[in-house]
Amino acid sequence: MANPFRHAIVIGGSSGIGEELVKQLAASGYKVAAVGRNEAKLREIATPYAGTVITFKHDVREYDKVPALFQEITKQLGGLDLFIYSSGVMPDVEMDEYDFDKDRAILETNLLGAVAWLDQAAIRFDKTGAGTIVGIGSVAGDRGRGGMPAYCTSKAALATYLESLRNRLSTKGVKVVTIKPGPTATPMTVNSKFKNMMPADKAAALILQKSKSGGEHYLALPHRVIFFVLRNVPSFIFRRMRI
Amino acid sequence: MPGPLPADSIRRLTGFGMSVSADGYVYKPANVAEIGAVFKLARENKRKVVLRGAARSYGDASIGAECLILDLCGLSKVRVFDPVSGVLEAEPGITLEQIWNQTLPEGWFLPVVSGTMRTSLGGALAMNIHGKNNFQRGTLGEHVLEIDLMLPSGEIRKLRPNDELFYAAISGAGLLGVITRIRLQMKKVSAGTVKVEAVSCRNWGEQFAAFARFEGKAEYVVSWIDCFAHGDSAGRGILHAAWHDENDPSSLQLSAQTLPDKIMGFFPKSSVWKVFRLLNNRFGVRILNAAKQAQGRVMEHGKVIHQSLAAFNFLLDYVPGWEKSYLPGGLIQCQYFVPFDKAPAVFKRLVEMQQEAKLESYLAVMKRHRPDKFLFTHAVDGFSLALDFKVTASNRAALWELARRMNDYALENGGRFYFAKDSTLTAEQAALFLGRSLKKFKEYKKLYDPEGILTSGLAERLKLV
Repeated sequence: MANPFRHAIVIGGSSGIGEELVKQLAASGYKVAAVGRNEAKLREIATPYAGTVITFKHDVREYDKVPALFQEITKQLGGLDLFIYSSGVMPDVEMDEYDFDKDRAILETNLLGAVAWLDQAAIRFDKTGAGTIVGIGSVAGDRGRGGMPAYCTSKAALATYLESLRNRLSTKGVKVVTIKPGPTATPMTVNSKFKNMMPADKAAALILQKSKSGGEHYLALPHRVIFFVLRNVPSFIFRRMRI
Repeated sequence: MPGPLPADSIRRLTGFGMSVSADGYVYKPANVAEIGAVFKLARENKRKVVLRGAARSYGDASIGAECLILDLCGLSKVRVFDPVSGVLEAEPGITLEQIWNQTLPEGWFLPVVSGTMRTSLGGALAMNIHGKNNFQRGTLGEHVLEIDLMLPSGEIRKLRPNDELFYAAISGAGLLGVITRIRLQMKKVSAGTVKVEAVSCRNWGEQFAAFARFEGKAEYVVSWIDCFAHGDSAGRGILHAAWHDENDPSSLQLSAQTLPDKIMGFFPKSSVWKVFRLLNNRFGVRILNAAKQAQGRVMEHGKVIHQSLAAFNFLLDYVPGWEKSYLPGGLIQCQYFVPFDKAPAVFKRLVEMQQEAKLESYLAVMKRHRPDKFLFTHAVDGFSLALDFKVTASNRAALWELARRMNDYALENGGRFYFAKDSTLTAEQAALFLGRSLKKFKEYKKLYDPEGILTSGLAERLKLV
């Protein structure tokens, strides 16, 4: 039942890992829809791939617009094989800061927007019996850290949501992939204190490679080991670890 | 932006060959008014519409990426059947099986049938199908007395054989409108069986000689060709010619027409495709073909048997789900309609081309044809060679390349093509094949579907629309 043409949507395709995913998918022969907030940046990304990359300006917090936009995009693409949700924000949050507006923006972008879009992809792939859904989570979702409560929550909830989708769809020929990158050099982390961050292009290449099989994936072997340990550290120790 | 379509109406659809797929939003109207509503919805959503019946076209004729798929199988009633005149009035989604099941006990059979009875009447007319009696009875469209054609505007035109549009609506691959009602003249039969004579042919020369022997005499002629045979044996196979039996009313009953559900009395046929699948490779088919040829030579040659109409006509239904033995890649069929004088040389070369590419057809069938005056007619005064090819991930590119060369070669020799089967023609090849008919079709399209709402994978690939 092969279809020679491959089609992908990347939500959050105007910067960071999403931008790299768009470029690498286009270079490997996909027709890609890049969806993001920054219209000028989207145009700039698409220019070298005229006819291969199409762009849509959209803020994922406009949930009501998602079903119609999803159909418009798939119509313009001419099909859908791969759906990637790569939108995410991580504003600086102080250790004693409880700013609801900030937290809300994080949860809306990283989680509610994801649910709105993932649902559309899930309905479609459920009915067509094919396709791959990829959600970009984070190692930060593995534990509730003191530094960024809302961010950790959003990524933990996203991973759980994706796991549920996987349990619904894996018997129907649909792959659901959760990617948990570690610190990655993107505009989102430009003000962060992380060292030795993975370049975004390398992260994107690993994501596409690992998305060939369903399930949860870290991007580096040390992460797999470290976060296996961290996930199992008892809470009374973890709270003293200051990470 | 218009409101979204029901998201859960999307499906991944394929043709009968399962070698190409596309996702579309499926609508299954229950009456003619609902067909009009789908056209309205398409217009509002700026989407195109693809007509789909029983989806027995091998390629991409009943699919279309991101289109509204108008599945007509819900309109499947016989409206009127007059057992005195044999005139049937029916809806487009009815299958040929449902039709003859109702009419045969009264002594009426379809004048023309496809190799499977699970085609829809509307689809059969959109493609203007032929049968093993094409050289005697023409195409199914030649037996139609009247149709209603719903244009995408919602207007319904009543068309008869004296209307020019009749000849484009039938054969037009469902691209001008929806045939919503059909009046068809059935064929009188006094028995539900045919007398079948088998002729084992050792090469192309004997094949064509056997066809000549039955020319104008037999009601049905069809021959199987072994595409693995080469040299002096090239073109070997078994030809079957058949005549309607007469005056056997008991054989008209459906109980006399059931295809056996077991092979050799014990092996359930519903599982046979799984065995076929194991043998469905070059090595396996080469052995099977040799065995079939030997069996035909020894056990069938010159013998006369009597078969039910169903068993003789619907060979493709004999092993249910046989097409699944071609999974996961599916199959394509290439069918070449070649003028009488050129057919012997062209068929010989077409088989050689397959052998040179090591991409032999696993099932090849030859038939005799006569021309007709429908717009997208596939028939010629000559012969056709229908070739089934297994598609795999690794042979796909080479197979399409072989098909491109075979299509070109057939075209150079006055060959014609059949949209019910085609998966491999290019737009350039289609333009050469159709010639002035394509220009005429585009004029009709402007007149009757000016917004270009009706399309299909086939229509887009061949740039018919």
